[in-house]
Amino acid sequence: MATLVGRASKQALLRAHSSIIHQKANLSFKNLSKGKKWAVAAFGTLTAGGVGLAVALNTAVLASDLTLHPPKYPWDHAGLLSALDRASVRRGYQVYKQVCAACHSLEYMYYRNLVGEIMEEDEAKAEAAEIMVVDGPNDQGLMFERPGKLSDKFPKPYPNDEAARAANNGALPPDLTYIVNARHGGENYLFSILTGYCDPPAGVEVREGLHYNPYFPGGSIAMAQALYNEIIEYDDGTPATTSQLAKDVCTFLRWVAEPEHDTRKRMGIKAIMIFTVLLTSAYYMKRAKWAPLKTQKIAFKPR
Amino acid sequence: MGVNTVSIATKIYQTLFRRTSTFALTIVVGTLFFERAFDEGTGYIFDRINAGKQYKDLKKQLELRAAKEE
Repeated sequence: MATLVGRASKQALLRAHSSIIHQKANLSFKNLSKGKKWAVAAFGTLTAGGVGLAVALNTAVLASDLTLHPPKYPWDHAGLLSALDRASVRRGYQVYKQVCAACHSLEYMYYRNLVGEIMEEDEAKAEAAEIMVVDGPNDQGLMFERPGKLSDKFPKPYPNDEAARAANNGALPPDLTYIVNARHGGENYLFSILTGYCDPPAGVEVREGLHYNPYFPGGSIAMAQALYNEIIEYDDGTPATTSQLAKDVCTFLRWVAEPEHDTRKRMGIKAIMIFTVLLTSAYYMKRAKWAPLKTQKIAFKPR
Repeated sequence: MGVNTVSIATKIYQTLFRRTSTFALTIVVGTLFFERAFDEGTGYIFDRINAGKQYKDLKKQLELRAAKEE
């Protein structure tokens, strides 16, 4: 028996030493040398650690655990291919102009930005003409006031930040141009702030001149509740409830922060369709070109 | 695949794709028509998804309201 096994294995060994040597890539961890094992382990640990660190650094550090996080509302421009509701944006402009503009600026907005987006040119010109702008100097070297033009910026409620703070009990009303992108939660946060005012819970003290809002980090906000039912009357006859006002002004501020919103989504359809075709054909081509290589067995044949 | 379709494909190949000059011309002219059709098609889809929400719809509403006031 033993001789039989020995002969068989000898023959197997002899066969292994025949002229063809099969080369096989041994890529399993078990077959690596000790040093290589260490290197692989160290590399793996470093990669995992790096990914973990990146995730940890990207996680938002929230100011307070006691802050109420805004719920997600079903905005009708939230879909992948959904455009902004321009009627809502237009109503939101009315809300901004009649309510928010008393304290908040839209520093980077010009009257020309309204043309062809929420109103016609003559209407935007009339809007601009409502404000007075300091221009000059004239031929006597004096500054003068003139009605606004399409090329003018939206008026600022305060000449500078210090004046704004002095008028608001030391709190600075932030510029609203990019506020939707500048706050966690975007429109949801703004909507919650605008509609979330309530009495402070027992044990929570709110300082003089501040107001309680559970959605604001820390709970105490300098801005008083601004939106109430029927505080303004809409042009198009929409009932001006508090939530309607808040929804419209949030939609407006989304448009202000992201005027390219609709164009971007229009391009999105094209990109999705074109890249589906391109990626599919690229994948097919890769398979087709690699198929002969992948199905080959490469042998080393020393002479 | 009938004989007919094959002959059409062969004809297209012989008249358009075989020579580099006509092949390049086919690409240029084809791009023109493809891009137009693609833009119109995707634009139609976008307008269908967002019916009544865009500025052109708002403009119609505003005109209606202005006509009512007069």
